[in-house]
Amino acid sequence: MYRYDQYDQQMVDARVEEFRDQARRRLEGKLTEDQFKPLRLMNGLYLQLHAYMLRVAVPYGTLNSLQIRALADIAEKYDRGYGHFTTRQNIQYNWIKLEDVADILADLAKVEMHAIQTSGNCIRNISSDHFAGAAADEVTDPRPYAELLRQWSSFHPEFSYLPRKFKIAVIASDTDRAAMRLHDIGIQIVERDGALGAAFYVGGGMGRTPMVAPCINPFVPLDQLITYAEACLRVYNRHGRRDNKYKARIKILVHEMGAEEYTRQVEEEFAHLLEQGVEPPFAELERIRTFFADPPFDAGADVALDRSDPDFALWVDRNTVAHKADGYVSAVISLKPVGGIPGDATAEQMRLMGDLAKEYSFDELRVMHTQNIVLPHVRKADLHAVWTALDGAGLGSPNLDTVEDIIACPGLDYCSLANARSIPVAQRISERFAANGKTAELGQLKVKISGCINACGHHHAGHIGILGVDRKGVENYQLSLGGSEAEDVSLAKITGPGFDEAGIVDAVETAADVYLRERQDGERFLDTYRRIGMTPFKEALYG
Amino acid sequence: MRILTGNDLKTGAVIWWTGSDWSLHVADAVDVTGREDELARVEEAERRVNVPYAIDAEMHEGQPRPAHIKDRIRALGPTVRQDLTLKPADPDIRNWVI
Ligand code: HEM
Ligand code: SF4
Repeated sequence: MYRYDQYDQQMVDARVEEFRDQARRRLEGKLTEDQFKPLRLMNGLYLQLHAYMLRVAVPYGTLNSLQIRALADIAEKYDRGYGHFTTRQNIQYNWIKLEDVADILADLAKVEMHAIQTSGNCIRNISSDHFAGAAADEVTDPRPYAELLRQWSSFHPEFSYLPRKFKIAVIASDTDRAAMRLHDIGIQIVERDGALGAAFYVGGGMGRTPMVAPCINPFVPLDQLITYAEACLRVYNRHGRRDNKYKARIKILVHEMGAEEYTRQVEEEFAHLLEQGVEPPFAELERIRTFFADPPFDAGADVALDRSDPDFALWVDRNTVAHKADGYVSAVISLKPVGGIPGDATAEQMRLMGDLAKEYSFDELRVMHTQNIVLPHVRKADLHAVWTALDGAGLGSPNLDTVEDIIACPGLDYCSLANARSIPVAQRISERFAANGKTAELGQLKVKISGCINACGHHHAGHIGILGVDRKGVENYQLSLGGSEAEDVSLAKITGPGFDEAGIVDAVETAADVYLRERQDGERFLDTYRRIGMTPFKEALYG
Repeated sequence: MRILTGNDLKTGAVIWWTGSDWSLHVADAVDVTGREDELARVEEAERRVNVPYAIDAEMHEGQPRPAHIKDRIRALGPTVRQDLTLKPADPDIRNWVI
């Protein structure tokens, strides 16, 4: 993985000291909250329901064991012994004290981490495929490009005060594991006639006005990647709706201007920028690439697997995926135990994951946008040992992509913007399906829950999406069906009137039952919904 | 009634105005109807509290209970981690919050 050079380190260290001074001045009363708020937000520090909340960037979701151990230490030393992994492949701490923040940032800097640009109207942490560098189906490893974009976007002066926040995802396979088209810019590295290029999708997003990004250029040569991204941002920076927060995202600009006109302006700006020579030198990309060379895979790794333990075999079938190297798989560590809090991990669990990464996965971990953790490169021969350790720590749930693998935002239990709680709904749903035994039969069924219209829990992209709303001071939940964040991307549609907390769990089961009744061979929930439409579901839910 | 709340500047902890000081317990909160803005201004200047503001509440079994669920969750802690709330062992607290 990428290691900081002296410039990266200097930048991060300088920021820690700058923040230390800002926090000191705030605590001494020399700065008002109005003055301090933008400064703390630039360092990922929010004020949430119970305390300050710190959001730490995990660049394209990649961590090593040293880093996750540092995250565990922070959880223990400064928080309440746990952290929350998020749909943006980051981690959040919920119980942070302002007086500790500079020390936390210093601890993070020691392991090449920070919280810079995890808030505010700037380019946020770049997200990517959590199986990058391991997946059997990618044309190249997308992470060097994600890293190049990270460096370009870090402290980019022109893009520090954009009309609104800006999220970029980079993938390199036709299978989309990063919700690429629901980002402000989604980049897919593609191959054409033996050469690699970048397909640019611009203007996707969730929030109150969800949009799927259209492709504005199917092939930008990779030695013009940054220049093209710069052109996309410039046109947005120039015309984005600064007058209205709810219309300020690039998706609204692309929609209102029309993808064609937006593209025309980007191409014009691009031609102009090409003359200016803003592309970083190729040598820098080459330097970055060396950090992402394949680890020394064992060419003789055994391809066979002892499946005699049925619990182990089930976990292997559900939670491991094909790897590009023979004898290896990527193993998914579920942070979704039945009845648990999606994405939460204790300090001990983080340390264990770090230890397993060190011993069995070339010291690498990935955070998934589905709030799980990946050990990207595990020898099949080591899987049983890995599973045994995970299972003993409550991390062995065999439920990847099932109805129990629910995405849930913090919701009203933690978030000051929430209208309703999300986590308890996730807990009740996973308990319900674990109890009625339908999980296996239902197969792939992605349930995603947000506590308000901001859609941090990706509810628009759920096969089943749930949105918490406030109905006269009482929590209420809207059900929607048919969304997908993957390569078959679509936005979910609302079924009808909302449900109370108990009712929404019943409603999810009702929708699942309609699928079980109506499905044809090989169909997932989403396929059946797309074939039969909303009506049978509505009849069952409200009939 | 109206009660004054905010977050402790240093720790971020949710706090309530008792008439003379700040408390972690909403049970200590006093009615500030009519004096919300003035008190908020004075207390903000004292640098103990971050952005104080007043909310609606009503008396319930002799103690103030915030009118909105969001403030009741603030008052107590996350409903999904009772161990981290101010009342980790109270079996009836859920009914007070929801
Ligand atoms: C708890 C503090 C949080 C706050 C205050 C917050 C705030 C927001 C806001 C205001 C938006 C809407 C932006 C817009 O439409 O322009 C948003 C979107 C989003 N947030 Fe959060 N969020 C929080 C936590 C999270 C968490 C925990 C996650 C990950 C689980 C997350 C991931 C996202 C995602 C994926 C979106 C939608 C994608 C997009 O269109 O940008 N946020 N958030
Ligand atoms: S969707 Fe709403 S409730 Fe959930 S984390 Fe985002 S802002 Fe908070």
